[in-house]
Amino acid sequence: MSKVNELFKKEISVVNVGLESFYNELKSQDVKAIHVDWRPPACGNKKMSSLLSRLKSK
Amino acid sequence: MGVNYEIRKNTYYDSVTLMLISKDISKIEGVNDAIVGMGTDLNKELAERIKMSNDEIKAIAANDFFISADLSDDSVWESVIGKLNELLNKKSSENSMDYKPKSINSALTYQSDSNIAIISVPGQYAAAEARKALDEGLHVMLFSDNVSIKDEKDLKELAYEKGLLMMGPDCGTAIINNVPLAFANVVNKGDIGIVAASGTGTQEVSVIIDKLGKGVSQVIGTGGRDLKEEIGGITMMQGLDALIEDDATKVIVLISKPPALEISKKILEIASKSPKPVVVDFIGGDYDMIKSYGVYPSVTLEDAARKAVALSKGENPIDFIGFSKSESEIENMVQNEVDRFDSKQKYIRGLYTGGTLTDEAMKMLGSDLGCIYSNIPLDPKCKLIDSSKSIKHTCIDLGDDEFTQGRPHPMIDPSTRAERLILEAEDETVAIVLMDFVLGYGSNEDPVGEMIESIQFAKDNAEKREQYLCVVGSICGTDKDPQNLIESQMKLEENDVIVMPSNAQAVRFVKKMIEKIG
Repeated sequence: MSKVNELFKKEISVVNVGLESFYNELKSQDVKAIHVDWRPPACGNKKMSSLLSRLKSK
Repeated sequence: MGVNYEIRKNTYYDSVTLMLISKDISKIEGVNDAIVGMGTDLNKELAERIKMSNDEIKAIAANDFFISADLSDDSVWESVIGKLNELLNKKSSENSMDYKPKSINSALTYQSDSNIAIISVPGQYAAAEARKALDEGLHVMLFSDNVSIKDEKDLKELAYEKGLLMMGPDCGTAIINNVPLAFANVVNKGDIGIVAASGTGTQEVSVIIDKLGKGVSQVIGTGGRDLKEEIGGITMMQGLDALIEDDATKVIVLISKPPALEISKKILEIASKSPKPVVVDFIGGDYDMIKSYGVYPSVTLEDAARKAVALSKGENPIDFIGFSKSESEIENMVQNEVDRFDSKQKYIRGLYTGGTLTDEAMKMLGSDLGCIYSNIPLDPKCKLIDSSKSIKHTCIDLGDDEFTQGRPHPMIDPSTRAERLILEAEDETVAIVLMDFVLGYGSNEDPVGEMIESIQFAKDNAEKREQYLCVVGSICGTDKDPQNLIESQMKLEENDVIVMPSNAQAVRFVKKMIEKIG
């Protein structure tokens, strides 16, 4: 069975990254969910972020 | 008097939270305009454009929070900051006991059975987060837009290799295992599976299926660009395969704007081999070409839902091109409305929050009315020069990017549409305003209630100059949605709004009126 069809047979369990309202709505429906306290990498500093991603890809 | 500002370093809030706070701050007396946001390039540019920036704001980073307000009196600043703190404190107290890890990786340590990630971070960071989720073996719904087509292709190929679903980017609607994700309605569980490249189009089809007493097995979103040649329909084909394999699905519905021809053929080829009936709504697509593949083409979103329901019941599907009410009832209603217009009133103004519903309206109004002007026209020559000013027959998608820069989508914050309605009603050549009201998760908690005041105002304004403004709407919602469907319909009808059971019927009704006006 494909992974997508396996998903259809399971209880969904969500990782929410971004808008917290989506997480709140899932919780209000008793859906299993966890919210990632996401923020821009490298404190939002573009130059630092690009250096970091270059390091990570090595 | 003038612009006041405050910067809070390393303090991050998501965009919808900030835009809604911005709206509340703007309502404070003495605040001429306000911007509340993170120091992204877009926000900084917006602040500069509306002359609410300075050197300090220009220097902040995407992780720094700022507020800038144009005040008629400096003493108001204290109440602005007071209100801001109140709203932010309220926000941080919500779910404050819940553990919120800093990364997808640590989320998985805590919730090891996670199987799907919903990602809605700003576009420039979205592909990286989606890649992390796929690498961890999660299916992905990528709500964010502004993701490059190359990133989309890479992500979808990666997902395909891993056998995972990559819904999006720009995927607003999905229902997986009966759970509405992002912008979706609470729909009965049933045996109709949907794969769709359209958000509100999918909502409309799933809602009508529910209203007709059937339900959905799965609703898989693909994102709007999936059926473009560059992407090749990867997610739609994957979704279609999964629904063919799924025991709980008996009928399949595919929804998209007309795909690239080659992709269209590829999809229809797979659909033609499906042992399950497939209904196709390539909105405005080639009916006969679709039919030649042995699948069921549909003429509107409502028609797609009706055909799917008929097939699920084992009945023979037929084109639905009429009304739920009898022809004679509709003729009377049309005549009653038309009798109230004066000779100057000739035009329709469609004020939509849903892009696909706008598109459907323009296609149904058809070329015999001449140009249907729009910000997303069917024919480039009918593009409005200035989207803030309607001409003749106009249908506007208020959810399009140009209306949502620095503002929440009108399905979340109806104020852009409320203001636009009042503007349209000042035009004495306007006879009819056409609107959608989208309920469900993700949407405003009372989309109808938020519009009522401006509907009354617009109608009163017309009445003052001895004209009658006809307002026709349809509600995309079920009786199980968090908003109250019945109350929403009653509120509209009490305010002399004609509520039709679907967008297609609302447009068909409006077209009859325009044909009668001549």
